[in-house]
Amino acid sequence: MLDFPVWKKVWFWGVALICAALALPSLFSLANAPWPSALPNAQVNLGLDLAGGSHILLEAEKGQVAQQRIENMEESVRARFRAASPRIAIGDISRTNGRLSFMLKDASQVDAARDELVNLTTGAGLTGQRDWDIRVEDGNRFILTPTQEGLDQAVSDAMDSAIEVVRKRIDALGTREPTIIRQGDARIVVQVPGLDDPDALKQLIGQTAKLEFKMVDENAAPNDVANGIAPPGDEIVPYAEGSEVGGVSAIAVKRLGGIKGDQLTNAQQSFEQQTNRPVVSITFNQQGGAKFAELTQQNVGKRFAIILDGKVLSAPSINEPILGGSAQISGSFSVESATQLAIALRSGALPVDLTVVEERTVGPDLGADSIKKGLIAMGVGSLLVIVLMIGSYGRFGIYATAALIINVLMILGIMAQIGTTLTLPGIAGFVLTIGAAVDANVLIYERIREERKRGRRVFTSVENGYKEASRAIYDANITNFIAGVLLFAFGSGPVRGFAVVLIIGLFTSVFTGVAMTRMWVAGWLRAKRPADLTI
Amino acid sequence: MRLIKLVPDNTNIHFLRWRVPFYIISCLLIAASWGLVLTKGLNYGVDFAGGQEIQATFTKQEEAPIASLRELIGGLGYGEPVIQRFGEANEVSIRSKLPEEAEGNPGAAAQISKQITSAISTAYPDVRIDGVSTVSGKVSGEFREMAIYALGAAMLAISLYIWVRFEWQFGVGALFALFHDVSLTLGLFALFQMEFSLQIIAAILAIIGYSLNDTIVVYDRIREDLKKYRKMPLPELLDMSVNETLARTVMTSATLLVALIPLLIFGPESLFGLVAAITVGIFVGTYSSIYMAAPILIWLGVSGESFIPNESDIDRQERLARERAAKP
Repeated sequence: MLDFPVWKKVWFWGVALICAALALPSLFSLANAPWPSALPNAQVNLGLDLAGGSHILLEAEKGQVAQQRIENMEESVRARFRAASPRIAIGDISRTNGRLSFMLKDASQVDAARDELVNLTTGAGLTGQRDWDIRVEDGNRFILTPTQEGLDQAVSDAMDSAIEVVRKRIDALGTREPTIIRQGDARIVVQVPGLDDPDALKQLIGQTAKLEFKMVDENAAPNDVANGIAPPGDEIVPYAEGSEVGGVSAIAVKRLGGIKGDQLTNAQQSFEQQTNRPVVSITFNQQGGAKFAELTQQNVGKRFAIILDGKVLSAPSINEPILGGSAQISGSFSVESATQLAIALRSGALPVDLTVVEERTVGPDLGADSIKKGLIAMGVGSLLVIVLMIGSYGRFGIYATAALIINVLMILGIMAQIGTTLTLPGIAGFVLTIGAAVDANVLIYERIREERKRGRRVFTSVENGYKEASRAIYDANITNFIAGVLLFAFGSGPVRGFAVVLIIGLFTSVFTGVAMTRMWVAGWLRAKRPADLTI
Repeated sequence: MRLIKLVPDNTNIHFLRWRVPFYIISCLLIAASWGLVLTKGLNYGVDFAGGQEIQATFTKQEEAPIASLRELIGGLGYGEPVIQRFGEANEVSIRSKLPEEAEGNPGAAAQISKQITSAISTAYPDVRIDGVSTVSGKVSGEFREMAIYALGAAMLAISLYIWVRFEWQFGVGALFALFHDVSLTLGLFALFQMEFSLQIIAAILAIIGYSLNDTIVVYDRIREDLKKYRKMPLPELLDMSVNETLARTVMTSATLLVALIPLLIFGPESLFGLVAAITVGIFVGTYSSIYMAAPILIWLGVSGESFIPNESDIDRQERLARERAAKP
């Protein structure tokens, strides 16, 4: 039990020193001292609550993806049936109850229509999983219902591209090292350290930026429009805040025949030449430019509405066909909002609206203050623990103290190496670990005391102390581990940082508090062969 | 050098003599805690209630204008805010709960939060916003649900482990002690209406882990003594075990307390609730390991028979020595 072969000593010291050395870059950085860059320099990441920054949780409305998908399906079906020969005519189209249904004008085309639909709805995956169920009722009514698998896949795809869009937008703001990760099936976590203006970030990533150009229906009765009654084939779109013209708050536009503004190569904030007001200049790609040219050629003299996220920005008249593939979006912009829209358009529209459901922002001053106060408290606490331990157990308390110092360094070193984050509750975790790590020593030393009182010899007492106390130490650490794992599983961000410190601390404290102190105690006993123990 | 001894040698306190009154008091305290939680309620922070908490520093003022702030934010129509000093006199925390009608709207919390911060910044140009936490109704609901699951799972898993390592009576005793500790901590938060946040759940989970350390030490000794003194009446044996381990129980709690109390005094304000909860939990946990976990074994009928008699080397030596001493 108290035999320590050389290899074991080398092994213990090796592990302890390597782990502790890994803590040095973090300590140097905390002390603002330069660390030689040639050496390994993995540091403990500071959580946003210590370093300052924003944590934003965004949630997508899954229903919207489903709705969008049905609308897209309707367009695809129309296009496909129009292109079929002979052309397949349909009517009575409805998109209610999360499914698409329509009637064939000519019931004899059922088989042809079905073939077209089968081709249209085969999933892209290798499994050939159908994305839609096709059903025929009453001989000529088709009902397309999305399958759960298809819907899940669509949500997943939408989230993937949403993450890409969010990333592009944050990069455009020039922020450093953002973390953007998917959480669950419809959420995105965005973490941006040290941010001056979190509101700008939130606005930018919260903007869907779906741009549309639709023709204004000049024949709609103003009264109907004001009451929200759309003439057949039209939809009523409200004006964006501040863009209303002459007290009119909404406008009727043609549902079909417009174009989408997603085929852009560039978008820049600029100024309108005559009025010098901020606008956004956009450049279409070839395909988009051709569509835009066609739209403007066919509708000279009419007005078209520029619609962003379902709100009309402006409705200018087309004075002449726009063939160059570039256009200006006017609206009631400030330079900032025009710049923001330009970034949003450049990075593409979000496939689904994202809502901020949780935000945690901490300013850099508060974080720095927390670190300072936390370190002071940790220093005072450690000192008191050391005084108590040395006062109670003398030489053995010194061993426990040495173990405690190595323990703290090891936790820090391991955290730096595996890339975990130190959060504000993590500091509390450190302090708790400091108080709890010496508990193993208390149990061992009290047992040694007891064994001595029973009249056992020094060697036997120490041996029994380590042996008999280890059972309780082992059980206590397992229960703490169980609590720690649940803490980790339950916690988000900062609380997780608390769990990480506690869990790593359990392992290192058994290593330092039990194994290493035993090595030191054994070494001392062998060298001095004391007849009595002061404990 | 004389060493400090927090507990004198060879104590012989008859803890278990008072087990019935103490048990009644403990059960009353548990009932009172739950009564408080159910009637007075916990003062949920933004994590669990939804809404926003804003920390702000008034850089050019000695003292934060709390009264006029309250008027300003109350006037926005999202209910009466809770405004408290947070650290220095010119630092405040402004907390307001999500209005009930906005709970279903995921974006509402973020919008309200933005309106409040911009109203403050406009009214007080010297203000510096140090921190904003915004939680929507949906997310706070998920936090509440997860917290209950985590606490329940932790208590059950740990009790199961104790059952496997000891005997079922010990598992029940551990579960009861844990329930006592968690209940009393919740009760104190309800009584003093301290902010109840995710951090407090983290603290309670830590308490569940650490308060059991003492219980395990006592149980380990009870098991050892049960094997050793098979004829001794149980109350007497439990008293002996508790007394034998008293120095340990006190000392391990003391090391935790001396480490934590500086954090309570000098540490960052944002950690106060978490550290306070753990500190309370350590006191309660030490008491429960003596007065909840041990006496329940009497009523559950633990005996030496619960353990397979296996005499260790030390035990055998000791028994032989006793027999030798007993011989004339």
